[in-house]
This record gives sequence, structure tokens and C-alpha cells, in this order.
Amino acid sequence: MSAPAKLQEPELARRHRIGKVFEWLCCGSTWFGLVVLAVLLVSVLWQALTWPAPKVKPGASGPTVAKAEDSAIPLSKQFFTNYDSRHPRRAGILAPIWGSLWLIGLVALLSVPIGVGSAIYLEEYANEGHFKRLIQINLSNLAGVPSVVYGILGLTAFVRMFGLFGKGGKTLVLNLGFTTLDVPLPFERSLIAGALTLALLVLPTVIVAAQEALRAVPSSIRIASYALGATQWQTIRHQVLPAAMPGIMTGVILALSRAMGEAAPLMMIGALTFIAYCPGEITNVGDIFRNPHGLVDAPFDKFTALPLQVYNWINRPQADYQHVAAAGIVVLLTILLLMNTAAIVIRHKFQKSTRW
Amino acid sequence: MTIMQSFNELVHQRQQRESAKRIRPVETEVTKLDVRNLNFFYGEKQALFDVSMTVAERAVTAFIGPSGCGKSTFLRALNRMNDIIEGAHHNGTVLLEGQEIYAPDVDVVALRKRVGMVFQKSTPFPKSIFDNVAYGPKIAGQRNYKTLSEIVEQSLKRAALWDEVKDRLQDSALALSGGQQQRLCIARALATNPDVILMDEPASALDPASTARIEDLIFELKQNYTIVIVTHNMQQAARISDWTAFFYQGYLIEKDHTQKLFTTPKKKQTEDYITGRFG
Repeated sequence: MSAPAKLQEPELARRHRIGKVFEWLCCGSTWFGLVVLAVLLVSVLWQALTWPAPKVKPGASGPTVAKAEDSAIPLSKQFFTNYDSRHPRRAGILAPIWGSLWLIGLVALLSVPIGVGSAIYLEEYANEGHFKRLIQINLSNLAGVPSVVYGILGLTAFVRMFGLFGKGGKTLVLNLGFTTLDVPLPFERSLIAGALTLALLVLPTVIVAAQEALRAVPSSIRIASYALGATQWQTIRHQVLPAAMPGIMTGVILALSRAMGEAAPLMMIGALTFIAYCPGEITNVGDIFRNPHGLVDAPFDKFTALPLQVYNWINRPQADYQHVAAAGIVVLLTILLLMNTAAIVIRHKFQKSTRW
Repeated sequence: MTIMQSFNELVHQRQQRESAKRIRPVETEVTKLDVRNLNFFYGEKQALFDVSMTVAERAVTAFIGPSGCGKSTFLRALNRMNDIIEGAHHNGTVLLEGQEIYAPDVDVVALRKRVGMVFQKSTPFPKSIFDNVAYGPKIAGQRNYKTLSEIVEQSLKRAALWDEVKDRLQDSALALSGGQQQRLCIARALATNPDVILMDEPASALDPASTARIEDLIFELKQNYTIVIVTHNMQQAARISDWTAFFYQGYLIEKDHTQKLFTTPKKKQTEDYITGRFG
């Protein structure tokens, strides 16, 4: 008969202590990031919502100016309907908001078909081999290329088009049947040049996300589809793509929200910040119906975007612009947050309905 | 020899059921599939060695044998599902009603429409029950909703699932039980109107009650279809099949009428396997 094994050991207690310490360290690292982020958010929000008291010069300013200044708290209605202004209290984000919306829309239109198409080719069609490995490695490298570099690429390829069209450039008139479209060549500092640049920037992210989503579709689904006499295209179209869609959508939205926040490449291609019109002269949803032609003109108009505008405001000497910039940041962050929430909601919703 | 006797008993029960249902006798069979000298390779590794076999029309042929014996490879060679696997190649001929299925002018898609397949793990598409069954005809070009509904109803009835799902055809197929999912997969295979149905251990992941339903179903289906089934379960082979083929290490050891193979096997290896001495 041997003595029963002891249930307490001093050595064990020490090991548990080390475990506890490690747990606290990890917890600390988590909170470090969260606290810094929270401080940042609160300070930006604080700046955006408060103005220093306006210096009242009795009798000096006219009634209209006084009226504008009285009601011009940041994040008021005027902030969303005004163009940029030399008076901080009248500065608004009408142009950059429409610019950013157009950018995101065009980037989505450009990057989704190309990105998803490449992902389908790589995952479903391409044979395993050196060629595929080479592409794969390049994709992950491209995803890490600094955005400024894409800006330079965009400047050469889209804004100037390598100088192919001479000094003055050319205008290509496209007849679309219902309307004609004037395409300036090269694109100059237009929305389409910015969108193409940003689309290149997010393409690797979109491709990799779509690839992962496609890879997550179990091969049994494909095999079952083939066994029913489906061609490869039918299998992809009816089984694989629908099953991968939530994953692809999540990746696309996250990539788009990255494009939304980029300032550097747009700065490189020379997007303007002080402009007093919106692309296609569409300043509200109603304008789209009043002037539908604006929709096809818009991509070739000059533009500005939210992050650029914020950057521009921060660099201005007047202290009041810091508050305007903060208000711009709040709007930008809100949009980004909404996009990320949409991504999470989509993922969550579809995870429930499709499981294998 | 008690094991042999119990197999004999199983086969006998089946024959009684057959005569009760007036299923025509097995002897009048026509050759549906004719495989000659099939060698099959996964890259360097040879999985099948010189297999020659005929499969009778409107009968159940069962493949038995230990894991890795090549029975599933052989099954998948019959509708070219192995084509998907990279590095798979073969030599020899596989004739479906006298036509070489590996001939260059044969379209695999057309072949797979005629030779349907049901897998071990039920693989319903994450769609409605209706869409699962309608998928085959739809991708083959059938757009008429009325025709599709008829096909769906008929296929589900043939797969003995109609009564359980007729009121919820638009529900997700993933909500069905394991046994129902497998019958749905059979219905889905029937919807493309094949002549031959290949089944790769269709009941091995199911509970005994669901297994019994699948076996009953196979029994019914053989009146109209040629069925080839891979099974791990020798009792199952004895219960449902007319012919049994025993595979071992990539070789076809013996193929005979199920009753003969289980009661008076010609080869020593077959006898050792069915009496449980190995495998």
C-alpha cells in the first residue's frame, strides 16, 4: 500500500502565481490600448462640441454674420450643408462628404468585381504551382505597401497617364445612347483618378479576404454540385459564391472603410481641399433627380475627401479650425464605425443561417 | 459455421421480401457497367490493380472490404469524380452501356447526370429543401416552375421523404435531421433522372432507425435504377444487395451473387474477411 498522493504542493503554488502574473500583464496590455483610444475619442468629441466664446464686437458685424456665428456650433446642420470657408464658424463639410461618398462608391464598383474575380480565379481555377505561389506572395506584399506609394502610382498612371496625351490633354466624347459623356484624358485630379488609386490600394485586401471566404466553403459542397452534373461555373455561381458572400462582404466593407480614411494617396494625386462645389453638382439627394446627368459627370469632376479636409483644417493657423477639424473627425469616425458595424452585422446574420 | 448461417438468414429474408413485393428475379440481368482492366493511380501511388467487373442493371451491387481497399476509388471512377483530384490518372476501360466514359468526346457533366452519386456525409446545400432538389434540373436548363415542382415532388416521394417535408419545402435543408438530410441527398440525385446511383457508405453516419429507412429506400429504388453501394457493414451488404464484390488492397478478390459470396466464398481471403478474421 502506497501513501495517497498529496493534493497540495508548494511548488504548484508558485506556478499558479506565475500564471496569475501573466494573466494580469495580458489584461494590462489590453486596457492600455483601450484607454488610449478612449482618451483620444473623448478629447476629439470634446473639441468638436465646444467652441470658445465668440468675441463679440458690438455693432461691428452685420446682422447676417452675427446670425451665422450665433448658430454655428460645430456638428450643427450648417456644418453638413456649408462648403469650406475662410471663417471657421461657417466652414462645412458638404464638398468632402459628397467627395468621400463618391470615392467609396466608385472604389467599391472598381475593386469588388476585380478583387472577387481574381480571388475566384486563384481559388477555383488556378492550378497549384509556382505561378500561383508567386501571385500569392506578391499579393501579401502589396497589401503592405505604404499608401503614399500608391499615390505616386496613381499620379503617374491616372492623373497624368504617363503624359501620353500631350500638354493640353484630350477629351474623349463617349456616346452612351441616352446621353454623351465627356471623358478628359488624362484624368487629371478628378474623382475617377482618386477612385482608381484607392481601388488599387484596397485590391490586395479585397482579394485576400475573398480568397479566405471562398476557401472556407467546404469542398463537399462543390463535390456534391459536380455530382449533380453542374459545370464548374454553375458550381461557383450557385453554390460557392452565395456561401462565401458574407465573408466577401465583410472583407469588402472593411477594405472600403480603410479607403475612406486614407488621406496620403489623395494628397499625392493632388486632390483639392478648398473647393466650393460637389461632384456633378449634386449637393443633395434631390439633385440627382433634378439633374441625372450629374451622375455621369461626377466621376470626372475635381473633388475633396473627408480625411483631406480634416488634414487641411488642422494645418490652418487659426485656433478655431482645430474645433472644425475635430468635428470633421467625429463625422469621419462615425461613418467608419457604421461601416464596421455593418460588416459585423452581416457576418453575424449569415453565420446563423449557413452552417455545415 | 454460425456467421455464414446468419448471413444466409439475412439474404433469405431479403429474398422473401422481394418475392412479397414481386420484384423480378435477379437472374435476368442486363450489364449496365462494364469495367475492364482498370488500374487507378493517385500520383505515384496505385490504388486499383487490374480490376475487371460488370455491374448489373436494376440491381444492387455492394462493394465491401477493409478501409483503403480501393472500393471508394472504384466507385468514384464510375462517374469520374476522381477527375477533381489532382494527380489522379488511370488506364483500362469503363463502359456505360457499351460507351467508354473516359473517351475524349465524353462530357463529364453529361456523364454525371446519368450516373448520380450520394455521399457518406450528407451534403445538403445551404438552401431550401425545394431548391436542393430542384438544383440538378435547374442547372440542366429547366426553368419552368411547374415542371420543377413536379420533379421535386416526385423525387421526394421516391426518396420516401415527401410526407415529412411537403409542408415545409421552403425551409432550410440544414434544419432536417441527419437521416432526412441523407434522403434529401438521394432525392436530389434522383431529380436529375439518372440511370445509375452510386452510394458511398450512405448510412454509415446514421442511427439504426435512419439506416433502416435508407436500406428500405435502396430496396425500392432498385426496381428503376442501377445501384452501386460501398459499405463497411457486411450485414448491410447481405440485407440489401444482389451482388457483392470484395476488394482487398486495391484488388478485386471476388464478386458473386450476394448469397454465394457470403455462404460459399471461393477465395480464402473473402472467407477470412466475412467471418471477421481481419479487417
